[in-house]
Amino acid sequence: MSVKVSMKINGKPVSADLEPRTLLVTYIRENLRLTGTHVGCDTAQCGACTVLMNGKAVKSCSIVAMQAEGADIMTIEGVAKADGTLHPMQAAFKENHGLQCGFCTPGMVMNALDFAKNNPNPTEQQVREALEGNLCRCTGYHNIVKSIMAGAKAMAAAK
Amino acid sequence: MNAPLIGARLQRKEDYRFLTGGGQYTDDVTLPNQTYAAFVRSPHAHAKIKKVGIDKARKAPGVLGIYTGDDVAAAKLGGLPCGWLITDVNGQPMKEPPYPVLAQGKVRFCGERVAMVVAESLAQARDAADLVEVDYEPLPAVVDGRKALEKGAPQVHDGAPGNTCYVWAIGDKNAVDAAFAKAAHVTRLDFINNRLIPNAMEPRAVNGSYSRADDSYTLYVASQNPHVERLLMTAFVMGLPEHKVRVVAPDVGGGFGSKIYLYAEDVMVTWASKQIGRPVKWTAERSESYLSDAHGRDHNTIAELAMDKDGNFLAMRVKTIANVGAYLSTFASCVPTILYATLLAGQYKTPVIHCEVTAVFTNTSPVDAYRGAGRPEATYVVERLVETAARDMKMDPAEIRRKNFIRSFPYQTPVALLYDTGNYDATLDAAMKMADVAGFKKRKEDSQKRGKLRGLGYACYIEACGIAPSAVAGSLGARAGLFEAGEIRVHPTGSVTVFTGSHSHGQGHETTFAQVVADRLGLSADAVDVVHGDTSKILFGMGTYGSRSIAVGGTAIVKALDKVVAKGKKIAAHLLEASESDVEYDRGIFKVAGTDRQKTFAEVAFAAYVPHNYPHDKLEPGLNENAFYDPTNFTFPAGSYVCEVEIDPETGKLKIERWVAVDDFGKIINPMIVEGQVHGGLAQGIGQALTENCRYDETGQLVTGSFMDYAIPRADDLPSFEIDTRETPCTHNPLGVKGCGEAGAIGSPAALINAITDALGVKDIPMPATPQVVWQTLQQTRKAA
Repeated sequence: MSVKVSMKINGKPVSADLEPRTLLVTYIRENLRLTGTHVGCDTAQCGACTVLMNGKAVKSCSIVAMQAEGADIMTIEGVAKADGTLHPMQAAFKENHGLQCGFCTPGMVMNALDFAKNNPNPTEQQVREALEGNLCRCTGYHNIVKSIMAGAKAMAAAK
Repeated sequence: MNAPLIGARLQRKEDYRFLTGGGQYTDDVTLPNQTYAAFVRSPHAHAKIKKVGIDKARKAPGVLGIYTGDDVAAAKLGGLPCGWLITDVNGQPMKEPPYPVLAQGKVRFCGERVAMVVAESLAQARDAADLVEVDYEPLPAVVDGRKALEKGAPQVHDGAPGNTCYVWAIGDKNAVDAAFAKAAHVTRLDFINNRLIPNAMEPRAVNGSYSRADDSYTLYVASQNPHVERLLMTAFVMGLPEHKVRVVAPDVGGGFGSKIYLYAEDVMVTWASKQIGRPVKWTAERSESYLSDAHGRDHNTIAELAMDKDGNFLAMRVKTIANVGAYLSTFASCVPTILYATLLAGQYKTPVIHCEVTAVFTNTSPVDAYRGAGRPEATYVVERLVETAARDMKMDPAEIRRKNFIRSFPYQTPVALLYDTGNYDATLDAAMKMADVAGFKKRKEDSQKRGKLRGLGYACYIEACGIAPSAVAGSLGARAGLFEAGEIRVHPTGSVTVFTGSHSHGQGHETTFAQVVADRLGLSADAVDVVHGDTSKILFGMGTYGSRSIAVGGTAIVKALDKVVAKGKKIAAHLLEASESDVEYDRGIFKVAGTDRQKTFAEVAFAAYVPHNYPHDKLEPGLNENAFYDPTNFTFPAGSYVCEVEIDPETGKLKIERWVAVDDFGKIINPMIVEGQVHGGLAQGIGQALTENCRYDETGQLVTGSFMDYAIPRADDLPSFEIDTRETPCTHNPLGVKGCGEAGAIGSPAALINAITDALGVKDIPMPATPQVVWQTLQQTRKAA
């Protein structure tokens, strides 16, 4: 048995016939070959699979693709400008060395984009608490926190 | 000529791809016609396998192959080798029981591989794996290192009586005993260095394929050392010639040691790809990572420090039981010996030291190197002892350290190492100033007024990095060389590709190594690309672990650069019609001394590849040089960490108020990257001390098998760090570099536990000091009072 799902990913309409149990992350990675969204755990703890669904950060490993029917999904591949220019949040991660191995990074950036929309000038503590659902093993979070604080300000300034 | 790049905070070249989803990790690699593997793992810690029933699974949809222990025995696939032979106190080799890639009649830890299923889709492979029926006869299990040595303990291997892999020792026992006999005071601690699970964010993954056309294999694998992986797999396990196997470690999402080793899944996937005739892919679920990645630490230690009446260290005596798990992982044997006991001098001139290590088998996942590998355990011993000694002697903990610091270099320790250089006063002084130790008393009083407990702790660590030289390692039992290889390929128009045998899995080699090369050649870093992680592109490599990349891999690159410059001088001399001895070279410019006649590096490179006007009688065309570098000694990064905590005695909740780290890594190429390495190391060390603990129940079930049960630090568990560096350049490599990857994880547990015990006024507290443990410790102290 398969079900037809349709959604927009990074602004582009997509649809597919999928097994109902297909996770959104599996659809994104395996069917659409958008491999920037990562799978770091199987318990919805690590946040490496975070994408924006209708503008809100969700863990794409914790919903099935069917639940995204009709939704507007943004993955890390859709964040930079079409000409390749980095989004201010991406640029802030680069400038502040907010990534090392890069595996958690897409999830961090997607979560930060959602957070920064509502927190244009966050405190360090606010950022640390907002990262509750995203694990990083490389950076000790120090520079991720700096990156998100800088990125949020840059996003507010660019408005 | 471009600005100097060594010492520059250059943004990383690799970041753009990682920030835009362009990274290519092993699980992102999809090959045409690819199949998927799933492993059947033992649910028991110790059991006889009576039967593996595969009939139902074989009939499941999409199944292409099912392999059991019998199949790998029939195929004569060898077991996983251990790369370091330890010789015991009686001159006998350690016990090396076979570590089969699929269990042979018996399982010895929960998660051990029993069968592999390959199917058309991942879901089909997993569904079919669930249908494999294994009939087990459970046996009693032992998980604790101390209990494994008790009489009557379950025996893990027939070939290792008493569960003992080896009893090994270093140092002059008689001299140590004599020093203890005349000591004015002995400080003694008995503690556990808790077992940890590395948890790189990218789970292990492997994608293997076989080409019938040329009888060759290609393996994509999340590995820290693709050449080592290839060597172990071909020469020791599968009996294949290396030239028929290509190993690619593409982008790798963190390693921390756990991706050094050859794992059974890697071998099985490679072997099965030939049986099936199609690529086979396997990616660990996180729960499989918890069960089957090599774990770290797990020591039981009794440590004693003998002092005279003034607090001068006279001798140290250490006895450790190291739990190596069910089988010897690739470098398991050298971690609690060569990489541990040799560091027990720390930063101090303790004249005599003796350490005895008993390595024991248990029914747990194999234990191997995890960030720091032996050195965090050693630092924990030394720095907990020293801090406790200061309290025993009613001395200031900084003073007792200064009293015993080594100040004359080179310094031969009583445990085999020769420290080339260091300045331990400089890092301690700087850390104390940054941490405002002078104001601590006042802050403690303020805390007391608020009903809180405040404590301050130090750790002055040393580590041995850039593991080397090969001849010494060989004499100590290493079964591999410990050099590194590098190649500089200059292109006709003057841009450069660098090939390194080191591997970057977060460390930023693509940037740091480009800085080293571009600086020397007078290029911009954009004109230099660094290639790593592919045995088909790189001449050879020993990989990245033990903070060795810049000290060993970087030096190999410098040696190759030397050859490029030397050849360039010859070419320039010809072009400038000068004598070679008159040609000077400085960052991209070849110049006839004392004149304005010069050629740029790009002009020389062009001449080498378009050799119309060229000294063909003396030189080959081209500008492409490689070098192998085998170091003459370890490097010795060292530093001082100061940690201040405040504890709520009502709840046991702890807050790190301040964390200061001052490290001496020698010369630094990119301070931004170095700071990031320190941050990450600190987080893992703080994790060990505060939140992380691998626990098995008595039957050998892993009870901390997910991110919900095993607490790696989250952002709000950690403080911002205040860090700085001091610099005594390494004396035996041309860059003066020492390595920085592990320091944070090495120094931080002791600093934190020293601060907590200071706050609570107790002698010791077990790691991890969770709020529950802190609270219980306080209750016990109050009861005792």
